[in-house]
Amino acid sequence: MKTYFSTFTILLATFIILIPALLTAQNNSVGSQVNGNFQMDAQYYRVDSAIGAEMPVPEKMLMNSWTNITYMAGNFNAGLRYETYLNPVNGYDPRYKGTGIPYWFVDYKAGQIQVTAGHIYDQFGSGLIFRTYEEHNLGYDNSLNGIRVKFAPVKGIELKGIYGNQRFYWEKGRGIVRGGDADFNINDLISSMEQSKLRLQLGGSFISKYEEDEQIFNKYDTVNGIVKDNEPLVIPLNVAAAAGRFNMIYGNVGLSGEYALKINDPNDHNDYIYKNGQALLMTLSYNKQGLGAFVQAKRLDNMTYKSIRTGADKALDINYLPAITRQQTYTLAALYPYGTIPNSEMGIQAQVNYKIKKNTLLGGHYGTDLAINFTAINSIAKEKIAADSIFAIPNGTLGYTSSFFAIGDTKYYRDFIVEIGHKFSKSFKLNFTYMYEGFNIKEIQNHDAPYIHANIFVVDMTYKITSTQAIRVESQLLITKEDEGNWVYGLAEYSVAPKWFFSIADLWNSGNSDNNKRYHYPMVAVAYNNDANRIQLSYGRQREGVVCVGGVCRNVPAANGFTISITSSF
Amino acid sequence: MKNILIAALLLFTGITVLAQETGADKVLFKLPGVTVTDLKGTKINTDKLFNEGKPFIISFWATWCKPCVKELTAIADVYEDWQTETGVKVYAVSIDDSRSSAQVKTLVNGKGWTYDVLLDQNADFKRAMNVNAVPHTFVVNGKGEIVWQHTSYSDGAELDLINVVRRLNAGEPIAH
Repeated sequence: MKTYFSTFTILLATFIILIPALLTAQNNSVGSQVNGNFQMDAQYYRVDSAIGAEMPVPEKMLMNSWTNITYMAGNFNAGLRYETYLNPVNGYDPRYKGTGIPYWFVDYKAGQIQVTAGHIYDQFGSGLIFRTYEEHNLGYDNSLNGIRVKFAPVKGIELKGIYGNQRFYWEKGRGIVRGGDADFNINDLISSMEQSKLRLQLGGSFISKYEEDEQIFNKYDTVNGIVKDNEPLVIPLNVAAAAGRFNMIYGNVGLSGEYALKINDPNDHNDYIYKNGQALLMTLSYNKQGLGAFVQAKRLDNMTYKSIRTGADKALDINYLPAITRQQTYTLAALYPYGTIPNSEMGIQAQVNYKIKKNTLLGGHYGTDLAINFTAINSIAKEKIAADSIFAIPNGTLGYTSSFFAIGDTKYYRDFIVEIGHKFSKSFKLNFTYMYEGFNIKEIQNHDAPYIHANIFVVDMTYKITSTQAIRVESQLLITKEDEGNWVYGLAEYSVAPKWFFSIADLWNSGNSDNNKRYHYPMVAVAYNNDANRIQLSYGRQREGVVCVGGVCRNVPAANGFTISITSSF
Repeated sequence: MKNILIAALLLFTGITVLAQETGADKVLFKLPGVTVTDLKGTKINTDKLFNEGKPFIISFWATWCKPCVKELTAIADVYEDWQTETGVKVYAVSIDDSRSSAQVKTLVNGKGWTYDVLLDQNADFKRAMNVNAVPHTFVVNGKGEIVWQHTSYSDGAELDLINVVRRLNAGEPIAH
């Protein structure tokens, strides 16, 4: 792989950024401006062999930090991000170790055209075949280093083209990703539809990745009577994917969907099979003031799509396959987080949000918020194509067959959530959450243990002492017979708006079948905010687990120690 | 070579910051122009966000962010009063990605919020505004210039927000 950051690119970036800066300094009528932000997280580690933090950290302290600077002058925009990981905080990929400027871009608009050069974040449709983004709290960044051109010939049509390589820690992936997207807003295009009750948008996109040839060999196997013994696979150098989508709203009812197809893409994640990949995401919704509801269905078959065919774990993803489960933030509701299984998944999610009106029996003086959510996710049904193969999915073949509507027998995930929020008086508010969670820890976390059934209860109360001082208490309970048994969590928080915040919490594995493993994870924290600056200090134990934000998950190792976080925007 | 880049950057930052500080009222920066969508799927350019010459609030939030939902719920309780008194408008910009963007409309309607809700699915607006984490709130004056920003939410912090709007309306300086 090439060095991510050559001398040439630095010089080029410098020129491009500097010239307009100087020009606008001479003539400030264009109105140039700079804004940016900063974040630093540093963690000091102590050895705590009880909870699994037994390895001493030789540096004692580890630190991640990034600084963004954005420059704007009229139709011109530029920006860069300085990142430093000395060394990366535990749980981040060690390949982040180092310091540099892995992200910069320049962008200008000239009438109907907009050009971006440098590192690009973009998404086609819901991302099923293309999405580049960053989630730096998870150490995820798959930005595209290349060019993007947007063209809007008339109101209601937007065309986009992208071409580049993806970020791979401090390097770039060798695969080339290119493609385009077309988006049509029918209400803007057809004048008679302009005021129509029916809102309609259509879109289509295409992506192709290119990767150099390499030798990959079959595993020893027999497929339908033919013995295969370490034969080289014929590897497609270009792999294409296409998707079509629509979004329709008629009054209170909405229907949207996207279908994606990926042509043969033998890779490490699908056991080097040649089967086409398919994805479907559909959402039906009903909304009016005081009531919202939707049902969502999803099917994924062989949809891992990366700009490297030989693995790369959590990097170089070209597409984004959203998990259709609620993202949980209460500690115990997030104890077993679901992450998409990209090569075999069929799921449905439904949710209703309802507001019981003010001044009714159940609504009380302020009204009551209700939310109910249900999710069920299974595997897809797969039929073996060769009875004599020693593998369930023989590599170097079409792999398996699967009928589009056939649901597999493996249960991945279930949940049923009821949330009730009620304000009793000007000073007292209560939120109650009940959640049943079924979690296939073997399939989701590759951890050989029985399917988990858990019942989770959360009571979250806020009491306002004065107009700016409040005490918040969270009590949580997770009951399960499986895995590590029951958990209890308690948190008390005192805040003085808008500047101060103090909290004390304890997570306790009260029901661990092994009496010696009924650990406590206490944590104290204090934060100070002033405008867009925030400093937070915390001290305590952190459980080994998985943290997920917006669909990506990161393993967080057990830790005991002190953490300082600083964020700032200007 | 990196030194050149950093030097150049510091230089142009200095020039621009100086240029910005010369203004009479302390303007942080102007609204950048990126594309977001409304709940009907219509694309909207963020430098066109407008409240008929009056100040407005931009609140970055997500359905999975408890303090964000708490803040917007607290504002919803007093929003009518705020609007009558100051003419302010709230743009609630959701950074939910395609995993949870379907939940935005459901939650907003289920809670009976009357904000102008925008979807920033791939965080383009969030990046252009240099938001680190949600909730993050901005007050924008009638000319589309950001004059105040705040990160995080604790109960009662919405009082600060409306006070900034009141001072803007009265032509008083905003304490930083």
